[in-house]
Amino acid sequence: MPKRSAERTTRWLVSGPPTLFMLLFFLAPSLIMVLASFRYPGTFGGLAPMFGAGRPGEDTGLTLENYRFFLSDFIYVEIFIKSFAVALLSTLICLLMAYPLALLIARSPKGRRDLMVLLVILPFASNFLIRVYALMILLGPQQALATSLNGALALFGLGRVNLLFSSFAVVVGMVYVHLPFMVLPLYTNLEKHDPALLDAAQDLGANGWQRFWRVTFPLSLPGIFSGSALVFIPVLGMFAIPDLLGGTRDILIGNLIKDQFLGTRDWPFGSMLSIMLTVVVLGFAAIAARLSRRDGAREEA
Amino acid sequence: MALLEIRNVVRRFGDFTAVDGVSLEVASGEFFTLLGPSGCGKTTLLRMIAGFDDPDQGDLLLDGKSLRDIPPEQRPIHTVFQSYALFPHLSVVENVAFPLRMAKVAPAEIQRRVQEALASVHLSEKQRHLPHELSGGQKQRVALARGLVNRPRLLLLDEPLGALDAKLREEMQVELINLQKNVGITFVFVTHSQAEALALSHRIAVMNQGKVEQLDEPSRLYGFPRNRFVADFIGKINMLAATVVASGSDHLELDVAGVGRVLGPPQPAMPVGTRGQFAVRPEQVRIGAGSVDSAGPLSNRVKGRILDFLYVGDVTTYLVELENGTRLEALLPNSAPGRAKFFETGDPVELAWSAEVGVFLDA
Ligand SMILES: Nc1ncnc2c1ncn2[C@@H]1O[C@H](COP(=O)(O)OP(=O)(O)OP(=O)(O)O)[C@@H](O)[C@H]1O
Ligand SMILES: [Mg+2]
Repeated sequence: MPKRSAERTTRWLVSGPPTLFMLLFFLAPSLIMVLASFRYPGTFGGLAPMFGAGRPGEDTGLTLENYRFFLSDFIYVEIFIKSFAVALLSTLICLLMAYPLALLIARSPKGRRDLMVLLVILPFASNFLIRVYALMILLGPQQALATSLNGALALFGLGRVNLLFSSFAVVVGMVYVHLPFMVLPLYTNLEKHDPALLDAAQDLGANGWQRFWRVTFPLSLPGIFSGSALVFIPVLGMFAIPDLLGGTRDILIGNLIKDQFLGTRDWPFGSMLSIMLTVVVLGFAAIAARLSRRDGAREEA
Repeated sequence: MALLEIRNVVRRFGDFTAVDGVSLEVASGEFFTLLGPSGCGKTTLLRMIAGFDDPDQGDLLLDGKSLRDIPPEQRPIHTVFQSYALFPHLSVVENVAFPLRMAKVAPAEIQRRVQEALASVHLSEKQRHLPHELSGGQKQRVALARGLVNRPRLLLLDEPLGALDAKLREEMQVELINLQKNVGITFVFVTHSQAEALALSHRIAVMNQGKVEQLDEPSRLYGFPRNRFVADFIGKINMLAATVVASGSDHLELDVAGVGRVLGPPQPAMPVGTRGQFAVRPEQVRIGAGSVDSAGPLSNRVKGRILDFLYVGDVTTYLVELENGTRLEALLPNSAPGRAKFFETGDPVELAWSAEVGVFLDA
């Protein structure tokens, strides 16, 4: 009996601080945000009072106005769709580039893998903004990349294109910044695969292509899922990259939300946008979970 | 013609020669075993047969055709790996169906053959399970079914019973023999357990340091080891320094240290004066208090004292010291229940064995 109670104390001591931290700094703000999304903005930013009278011209109390407004203007839905498209595209490109790289690292001699992983995360050692500014320089209209591309286009009688301040630049930036988040979980997964499985597959008649699709790929699905989540979700909320690399039309949800808090100072609308984003992401996650479970079920059949 | 022919195969890793000039033939339908201590090159040889490794010298032929340049996936040879190497994301059925899928067999036919294979290893009820839901023995059966389902010309088994406990091992041995008999597929089986090799095989190649020391049927290997390594490796054996005194066509006469004149089975090729070892199995040595009652013509006799004994249930092994300090082991079956020994330490005994047993080894 004393041993059990000691165990329980340890469990509380270990799990207590992080739980408390999350309650205080994640759950509480989330609830505040949910509430804020049903309130009116204050005249000078912030929130109008929920009870009692506000300043002259201020509405007070609770309202569905923010949600109604969001659905009434297609532009917001359009930004949502565009943001999801950018996030999806960036995730896909990251996956296509990261998979071969992760596979290469995982199949390298043991001693060399750590160095290669280090190289993958090396960009994190320099400041994020500096790296994005470097991209701005690289993609600039007077730089070799743009001039040679436009030169080539001119040869075919095609018009000039701008690399910087475009959706293209946004996706390049997103992919560049988030690539390591795809490589690492994929590598961690692939590295654990038992090489004997590939031998067995080959022994039983599978050629290289079949060995990949029948063994390596299905076993790496958990890595693909976690890598995709680690890229997709941050890309959805990212505002710095569209701000710096995108054109005026390349507004994404992140920018929209940021604007509500730092620009227009309409906190309730910003809160509502943020909540809508969370709900849609969770919806996607639920569908993905359902699909992967159905996949597993079919595998068994 | 032999199904598999291994011609003078050499495989080196740097300065180290893992397989050193192995030549052997495996006949169709045979249960062939590679037996040897850890590190003697069994797996290396098997990997070359499967195609995962290439010989530095020599050649491997299947049905008389060289396997050189044929990749593993195109060889009609399947392997049962020691770790089983079942695909963890596939159910039992899917695992077994894998080689058929790869061979593009029609779905209905796949279904039929998978069921047949699962039935042959008594695993039909576990079809939908994933490998991690199976016991070691069941995984073993899945691996076997998967290796056999597409009817390879040759099935390679690398210590497939190594991970099982003793009881299950014995059960699986019996099943393996029956399975091989029923499916008629040639097995090349690797083990470092001499008991397993003797129990299962039609023929055994005993390997040591990359070389084949002896290739023979189990009973001949046990009864007539060709050299000290084989004699020592297969079963227990008494080794006594000896010199050939007379070499006739009816028997070999030896001078054995501590025993004196000993008659053994004829080895006409052995010249008089050759020095070597006389080897005789403990179960061939009779033991008796005072003197062994001569039920048969036990021409070789020697006196000694019980030094120690080891009771293992079915038999007791007695360690006997001869007058000159030489030690011999003799084995008695414990047919009387509840009795661990017939002799006490220090008892004077006589040892005797027939002139039909034992072998003289000059190497
Ligand atoms: N790829 C390799 N590189 C270097 N040495 C190797 C390699 N593969 C095997 N060896 C060496 O060759 C020798 C034979 O190895 P092998 O695996 O064939 O032994 P084995 O008879 O199967 O032993 P065990 O019973 O332990 O499985 C060993 O000494 C091993 O260290
Ligand atoms: Mg081995």
